[in-house]
Amino acid sequence: MSSNTVASPTSTYLNNGLTLKSWLLTKDHKRIALLYLAAVSFFFLIGALFAVLIRLELVTPAGDLLTDETYNKVFTMHGVMMVFFFLIPVVPAVLGNFLIPLMIGAKDLAFPKLNLLSFYVYMVGSLFTMWSIVSGGLDTGWTFYTPFSTVASTSAVVPAALGIFINGFSGILTGLNFMVTIHTMRAPGMTWFRLPLFVWAHYATSLIQILGTPVVAITIVLVAAERVFGFGLFNPAVGGDPVLFQHLFWFYSHPAVYIMILPAMGIISEIIASSSRKQVFGYSFVAFASIGIAVIGFLVWGHHMFVSGESVYAALVFSVLTFIVAVPSAVKVFNWTATMYRGSVSWESPMFFAAGFMGLFAVGGLTGLFLASMGLDVHLTDTYFVVAHFHYVMVGGTIMGYLGGIHFWWPKITGRKYNDIMARVSAVIVFIGFNLTFLPQFVVGYLGMPRRYHAYPDEFQVLNVLSSAGAAVLAVGYMMPIFYLIASLKTGELAGDNPWGAVGLEWNTTSPPPTENFKTTPVVTWEAYEYPTPVEGHVV
Amino acid sequence: MRSGTPPLFPEAASTLAGRVDGLYLFLVGLTAVMTIFIFSMVIFFMIKYKRRDPNSIGARIHGGMALEIAWSVIPLFICLGIFVWATNIFFAIARPPAETMNIYVVGKQWMWKFQHLDGQREINEVHVPVGRPVKMIMTSEDVIHDLFFPNFRVKADVVPGRYTSLWFEATKAGEYHMFCAEYCGTQHSGMVGKVIVMEPDDYQAWLSGGLQEGSLASAGGKLFQDLACNTCHRPDAQGRGPVLQNLYGKQVSLQSGENVVVDEAYLRESILMPSSKVTAGFQPVMPTFQGLVSEEGVLSLIEYVKSLKTDSPVQAVRPNTGGPAANEATPAQAPPTRN
Repeated sequence: MSSNTVASPTSTYLNNGLTLKSWLLTKDHKRIALLYLAAVSFFFLIGALFAVLIRLELVTPAGDLLTDETYNKVFTMHGVMMVFFFLIPVVPAVLGNFLIPLMIGAKDLAFPKLNLLSFYVYMVGSLFTMWSIVSGGLDTGWTFYTPFSTVASTSAVVPAALGIFINGFSGILTGLNFMVTIHTMRAPGMTWFRLPLFVWAHYATSLIQILGTPVVAITIVLVAAERVFGFGLFNPAVGGDPVLFQHLFWFYSHPAVYIMILPAMGIISEIIASSSRKQVFGYSFVAFASIGIAVIGFLVWGHHMFVSGESVYAALVFSVLTFIVAVPSAVKVFNWTATMYRGSVSWESPMFFAAGFMGLFAVGGLTGLFLASMGLDVHLTDTYFVVAHFHYVMVGGTIMGYLGGIHFWWPKITGRKYNDIMARVSAVIVFIGFNLTFLPQFVVGYLGMPRRYHAYPDEFQVLNVLSSAGAAVLAVGYMMPIFYLIASLKTGELAGDNPWGAVGLEWNTTSPPPTENFKTTPVVTWEAYEYPTPVEGHVV
Repeated sequence: MRSGTPPLFPEAASTLAGRVDGLYLFLVGLTAVMTIFIFSMVIFFMIKYKRRDPNSIGARIHGGMALEIAWSVIPLFICLGIFVWATNIFFAIARPPAETMNIYVVGKQWMWKFQHLDGQREINEVHVPVGRPVKMIMTSEDVIHDLFFPNFRVKADVVPGRYTSLWFEATKAGEYHMFCAEYCGTQHSGMVGKVIVMEPDDYQAWLSGGLQEGSLASAGGKLFQDLACNTCHRPDAQGRGPVLQNLYGKQVSLQSGENVVVDEAYLRESILMPSSKVTAGFQPVMPTFQGLVSEEGVLSLIEYVKSLKTDSPVQAVRPNTGGPAANEATPAQAPPTRN
């Protein structure tokens, strides 16, 4: 099928009902994915706006742009928006939702109504959190550390806490839905070890969402209840323990980091396999690495607390487990690199984003070793080094992977091709801008600049100015896709079913797919990423 | 740190800083080598195996067990090696030498209060000598803070309701940054100050200069009288409370049957929540002093208790038998105080 003779499919999920109601009450996983796409993009822009304010304030050492109170609210809302309403849902809720049924040859998720419900739960949660923004803001940091959040803060903690609590259910429901779907709805022949690694990654993610989210949800509720009723669970003045909160909080919030990165790793597996037209090297190692990360990831939370007064021996155990959890991530990176060896490597934009991911995630992962090192963490924790490290993982890793995924599946989602040259330029700009923004933060962190500082000593200024300049470049890189992707909807070439010549069931149906995904239920007789020679039906 | 060009690496001014920097630089090297290796491999493969024929596909390679084992096991051993190295440094940071010069610290929104044993008090500034291990024993009046000395490469959370500590031995005279590293509210970034490291002679001169308010222990002794603690805690073992002479550092038995070592945390708890850990053989009659004594007051009382040493032959306290000392007939003796 040659791309210039591609005809637009007549019946797709996009034209099956054009009313607003047909969108807002849809049970189609693909439409729900697009609802999420709109929502997470909106929250990303809000979170990014807060980031812009932070970087503007930090151009000068004096706290002269915002008041200290406003600055604290700005970095808090940047964290809350980005973590809970963007990074955690972004890949599973948008791409996972859209692709998991397509990839396993199913008509929808196991519980379509539950899927719609989880979207609205997410929206209600976000409304509560927005309520806290407009009713005076929140100044606790996204970590809500007690007793500051329970006793000292005068900001709108309760609405934000309720928002995060409610939002948690959205993640739990989505995780549950994915897990049941992957267990029960695979097409004939789609055995576990023929599943795309994207699906394995989401399975591991679902595990964390189901087991971890209830803990943080109830912890945040305890914070709210403590403020309202004065329980004193975390208040030392009445015999409570503020450090208990940290244990409960990080028990979820460290695995939450893996909720953010695992699905992005799934994307990278897909892009590299397709861009190299090769099977993923060491498929089962990559698959089990995801599960290993999810399981061990539950046992490392105490590494956030090496200086909080936890016992030296507890710290020892958390430290060694943290070093061990680094290994499966390294295994994945090596396998991806090896996948490209003797491949037929495409230079289309998804591969550019994947290459960028590899560079940034390597730095993010390796700098995690600094923080796992107890003797070094004492100096580094709560400094900009930590800020730089987790941005390398969550922004360099997750967002780079997400952008790669959006570019990779955009033709499937919309049926259109975008301007691929612009997309490659965007990937390069994001990569350069990102490094310029966050590399200086490692340096200023080792110098000792604490995080969450509104004003700082003069000698840190040069590095902060560099970082802010980098953020401007990064912003350009992030804005570009908004324009060329939207333009593609009008002017983009028709994509055809399989514009990349990829294997995988999602490419075996029309672009965009019909509401029921497949005209006939596919039967799988080939291994994951098994390329027939030569690639059929792909002529550029 | 105070020169014209902005620094890229923090000055090292403590005995442990060099060890921390060594590990840091090793990891920077490892990160650089590994990142450059992986990224260049990706770029190299992109160029070498660039798709020229749109129909071409990659070689059929599924994996290789030898490689998988190699790149799992080698990183694992490297990681464990780093773990051992880093943990060694951590133990050095976590365990102060036996003889330290103690300074008490109270954090509150948004200032640091330092209390020297000789009586000097400082706010957002602390003087310490070169070449002597200094231990800071810290608590907070409100929320969690974190005392951070970047040039010594140490920090520790300062938690309300308990004592935490950090130690360092400064190696270079000078003024260095002191930060609050745990977010603590509106003026978190204003909760900063400096640590002034002085040569021992200068430090002695500094100590003897300024107002002499009497030592911290003597201030505690005065508070001890003012709060009428001495009516029950008598050195002659005739009081309703345990004798405090020579108590610090001992092990005592509790009513619950447990044993505890008398340290700062136990003394603090016994002052503020006296009924939670009652010494065996005594009645829980002591009232709480929560709200009546400030954190600094508690610290002075602790320092006073630590100073109570008696050379009298009286076996006023029998820590491990835990028996009430009430039946011991001994001559009354005034509590010894310094000054």
